[in-house]
Amino acid sequence: MISQLTGNTLLLLAALALSSVSAEELEGKGYQIAERSDRSDHGFSDSTATINMVLRNAAGAESKRELEIRTLEVIDQNSGDKSLIIFSSPRDIKGTALLSFAKILDADDQWLYLPALKRVKRISSSNKSGPFVGSEFAFEDFTANELNKYTHKWLRTEPCAEFVCDVIERHPLYENSGYTRQIAWIDQSVYQMRKLEFYDRKNALLKTLEFKDYQKFQDSYWRAQRLLMHNHQTQKNTDLLYSDYHFKTGLDDNDFVKGVLKRAR
Amino acid sequence: MRAKAFIGCLYLSLLLSLPTQAEFSGELGVEARWFPKDAQYAGQLNALQTSAFAEPEWNISPTENTRLSFIPFLRLDARDKDRTHADIREAYWLYIEDDWELLAGVNREFWGVVESRHLVNVINQIDAVENLDGEDYLGQLMLNITLQKAYGRFSFYLMPLFRERTFNGAEGRLRPALVVDNNTTRYQSRAERWHTDVALRYSHYVGDWDIGLSYFDGTSRAPRLVSNADHSRLIAYYDQIKQLAVDLQYTHQAWLWKFEGLAREGQGHRFLASVIGLEYSWFQLFDSHADLGFLIEHLYDGRDQKEAPSSYQDNDLFLGLRYSLNDIQDSAALVGLLRDLEDQSSSLRLEAERRIGSHLKLELEAQLFMNSNANPTSMAFQQDDFIVLRLSHHY
Repeated sequence: MISQLTGNTLLLLAALALSSVSAEELEGKGYQIAERSDRSDHGFSDSTATINMVLRNAAGAESKRELEIRTLEVIDQNSGDKSLIIFSSPRDIKGTALLSFAKILDADDQWLYLPALKRVKRISSSNKSGPFVGSEFAFEDFTANELNKYTHKWLRTEPCAEFVCDVIERHPLYENSGYTRQIAWIDQSVYQMRKLEFYDRKNALLKTLEFKDYQKFQDSYWRAQRLLMHNHQTQKNTDLLYSDYHFKTGLDDNDFVKGVLKRAR
Repeated sequence: MRAKAFIGCLYLSLLLSLPTQAEFSGELGVEARWFPKDAQYAGQLNALQTSAFAEPEWNISPTENTRLSFIPFLRLDARDKDRTHADIREAYWLYIEDDWELLAGVNREFWGVVESRHLVNVINQIDAVENLDGEDYLGQLMLNITLQKAYGRFSFYLMPLFRERTFNGAEGRLRPALVVDNNTTRYQSRAERWHTDVALRYSHYVGDWDIGLSYFDGTSRAPRLVSNADHSRLIAYYDQIKQLAVDLQYTHQAWLWKFEGLAREGQGHRFLASVIGLEYSWFQLFDSHADLGFLIEHLYDGRDQKEAPSSYQDNDLFLGLRYSLNDIQDSAALVGLLRDLEDQSSSLRLEAERRIGSHLKLELEAQLFMNSNANPTSMAFQQDDFIVLRLSHHY
């Protein structure tokens, strides 16, 4: 009797210990996988690319935007990368430029250049969850790709298209996010993100982002050529079609100051 | 002569042979401006004023470090011959190095952070016939050297040729009781419009603060309007001024705190002027994609209204609402009320815009003047409430 009780208690204790250890382990494993994916991009230094943005409403009506994105890698783990986005179409917003200094947990620094008045305006970056230029991408979808902006928890391993993927759940640690959590699929072959699901503030599935047509640049850096965002709640889609990727172009800090916005085109 | 033409052609063909670095774009538009009330002064147009405008733009990068820009502007007005005018908004050569750049030619520069008045913005002359909001500027000839350091950006300007402000003609609305004589202009400087103006600007940011400091020594962009000998016309008189100015913005979460201030001498006694205000944005209004911005600004100007160009923004309050739909058409609207706290004269302005398709843009503007007869400057506009509809094609 006593021995049976003790046996059960021991079993229960063992089960408890196992589950608590494994919760930590799952987070440790999740972080390792996310970090390995993040590390695969280290040393890209700087890049430029052209993006064709195709916005499609529920009825399938399309509209297009064209932009150029320049990115400067910031090595310091405690701050994010610098980026400059310049629009070339629609033509009435040609020359509009957005300069962002990503931070890890603090608010990003952002300046917007409005060509009509040739005016540079520091803007609030607390609008993280707002739509980026009318698209299904939120501002945070563009700027929040830093490893330490999230907690990471490994969920499972499963096949994803031609790969085997680790499935990681991540929770935003920064303020004003529009998401409670995201689920990321990271392949085990080259450690790139293949799919990302976004859950809104009510924890309902909001969007799915698919990363397609990865190409390897400079023998090291993987970039998806097509990013397809689908909004499950509105049935709207936004595709980002990347082209003209260039790496190590010689950009430096002086190319990412508010003073250059007016001549960035 | 022939050699020159040959070199010119060679140069041009060289430029055109670099098609990836050459870009042609621009804007063509038509505008209808409607004045519902009858004119206050004899000769002024009534009802509908139509016009058309063009602003083509050429941007060329002949080499990696150089840029050429050419932006002419033309407006044809059916009713006011003084509003029909052409300008060169930009025509410059720019040389860019990593931490400095040199610009020679005609350019536009904008300084400042507030919305209700562009107080510290001093480089360019206002193209006043274009719009009442003072946001259209004539190109300014300059030599501009800029240094970018880790601790900020320094810009030096030499401006050898002054541009006179444009004024609506006798037929035009939105003018003083007497017409400004566009053929006679007076200057304090003996060099007249060839006085070389200089300006310096430092700008930087530290954390959540953006700061700009500027100094200007030269011909005042705003003229005093003095009556001619027989009191039949007004003559623009441009003083020599020196001014020190500062613009500041503190950005925290959804709040923007703004300040612009200047100290100026050369127009009567030395005076201070300032605009202080804040902007708060309510993002994703009621879970939609739209944003609503709230603006409040106080305007102060200590100038003597007789010794200096008159300004109606001496002690005024500005309240504004900005509504952005964040939709595919970039639809947005702005409503602003400017009210003089002493004589209660006020003005209400509405601006709205929306893209149609991918190349057309439709804009609506309206402005109402209230209690204008209480204020000597805005009295002239009391019959001039207007609505503008503008359709432009961007290519």
